[in-house]
Amino acid sequence: MVRMSRAGSEERTGMTLAGSPGPSAYRLTFDGTTVTARPGQSVGAALVAAGIVAWRTTRRGGRPRGLFCGIGVCFDCLITVDGRPGQRACLVPALDGMRLSAEGGGGTDEGGGGDGDD
Amino acid sequence: MTTDRPTYDVAVVGAGPAGLAAAVGAAEAGLDVVLIDAGRLPGGQYWRHDEHAAPPRHHHGRLFTRLSARLRHQRRLGRLHYLPGHQVWLIDRLRPDSGPFTLRLNGPYDTAPVERDRVRARALVLCCGAYDRQLPLPGWELPGVMAAGGVQALLKGQRAVAGSRAVVAGTGPFLLPVATGLARAGVRVLAVCEANPAHGWLRHLDGAVRAPAKSAEAVRYAALMARHRIPYRTRATVTEILGEDRVRGVRIDGGEVLEADLVALGWGFTPALELPLMVGADTRRDLDGSLVAAVDARQRTTVPDVLAAGETTGVGGAALAVAEGRLAALSLAAAQGLPVDPRAVRRLRTAIRHGRAFAAALHRTYPVPDGWTDRLTERTVVCRCEEVTYGELCHARTELGAEDPRTMKLLARTGMGWCQGRICGFAVAAVTASLTGRPATAEDLRPLAARPFAAPVTLGELAELGEEP
Repeated sequence: MVRMSRAGSEERTGMTLAGSPGPSAYRLTFDGTTVTARPGQSVGAALVAAGIVAWRTTRRGGRPRGLFCGIGVCFDCLITVDGRPGQRACLVPALDGMRLSAEGGGGTDEGGGGDGDD
Repeated sequence: MTTDRPTYDVAVVGAGPAGLAAAVGAAEAGLDVVLIDAGRLPGGQYWRHDEHAAPPRHHHGRLFTRLSARLRHQRRLGRLHYLPGHQVWLIDRLRPDSGPFTLRLNGPYDTAPVERDRVRARALVLCCGAYDRQLPLPGWELPGVMAAGGVQALLKGQRAVAGSRAVVAGTGPFLLPVATGLARAGVRVLAVCEANPAHGWLRHLDGAVRAPAKSAEAVRYAALMARHRIPYRTRATVTEILGEDRVRGVRIDGGEVLEADLVALGWGFTPALELPLMVGADTRRDLDGSLVAAVDARQRTTVPDVLAAGETTGVGGAALAVAEGRLAALSLAAAQGLPVDPRAVRRLRTAIRHGRAFAAALHRTYPVPDGWTDRLTERTVVCRCEEVTYGELCHARTELGAEDPRTMKLLARTGMGWCQGRICGFAVAAVTASLTGRPATAEDLRPLAARPFAAPVTLGELAELGEEP
């Protein structure tokens, strides 16, 4: 998957917008790669700012996915956070020391808001 | 976790412009209010901001600042209980048309701290907002392609950019702030592709519609577009997105290719209707083709004690949403026998009438173009969650006889995945209708807008439902 570098020691520093004072950065890992985030940023924002645009692989086609709607509606950005699968990367606030990992399926089968017809 | 608290007079769902206005207005009128919002900060999608940065400086900034101050004041007085970071996943009621509502709450992610997992209220004001409407096209599922609102949310709420060379495409005035926001953040914006012919509010507005604030805003964006040298192309549509494992570029109108690593797509907005549908409120198809909650002149839905305001009742922007939220608050107060100034009601109704007229002009200027399904190919993904292609929808129509979105959902699995049809619902309704040779109706939209739960829920939370008295 493109740009999903797993090189253990590599560090990716987030693109911070010009002029933002930026409180001290948090350090997270994504499959071994260190990613920085500013307090208040979501893990999805930290990843895309570090140039990582995909972290989930679809069940059926094995296709890469990352942020799409960015506001918690589409569930494309599901990610495993500290061992908990199926979290929306666009909503989970980044915390120092957080361990993120790529997700292989459609997330956990627990939850999901019902799978049947209405 | 405390769950058994006194029943509130009113629960307002959503703390965007409509919800803030409704909650603050109801509390000031003397009602006991709980305000529930999925976001961590008030403001919703319109007034999204970064808690570590200065307050938003948009043209409604003062309105937001004033409402925020009144929210703080009502909280201090103990008349308004604010629950940020809480999403409503289920609403039930003892009897269909009377008695208090129970709202089940959880956090937007597994470890989110939740103060309350249940609240009771005698009335509801649903101000659930809207999200970008999407039209599928080849390659739109590639990483680096985002909803325009998502790009904006990253910029405003997260101060992060998702690429370095961007194309912003679709229709509507919202494409402009997304493009200028990206440019200010240092992104090279190669083009704004506006599918419709009109420059819309950049140069023309129905003479009958007076909206000076909006016109000033249009002039400001036109100046910003010029300053950042962003080409604004009208009658231009991105017909294909190119790339293997991430976006590399876009094809415009079947020809020219622009190399880009970020594509922002938006075709107007569509309201989040799961809660209105869950409580049984009637819906209708608005001028822009989206399903919206039907309300009367007092913001009441067809279900007793359930009101709705803002985008839930039709996409129309922040100023209109605030007026509707205020009117909803006054309607509730009047229903409780509290004194309400009739002049305030008249002023709000006039503001709402003007706001709706302006929204109608925008919907007419920036419609979803006829024939948009022509660009779909056999392999174009329509439902992103279940990876259902246009070819599979055609197969379900011609070989299996699916003529409506409900049957399509059963046979082709569109809308059966995690997002429950939120992203593809509008498109599937249009595609099904087009394959069947008829225009889409509200009946086509409802099956993909109704959901058993309004938010993800754990098995544990479901199990608890059965154990309660």
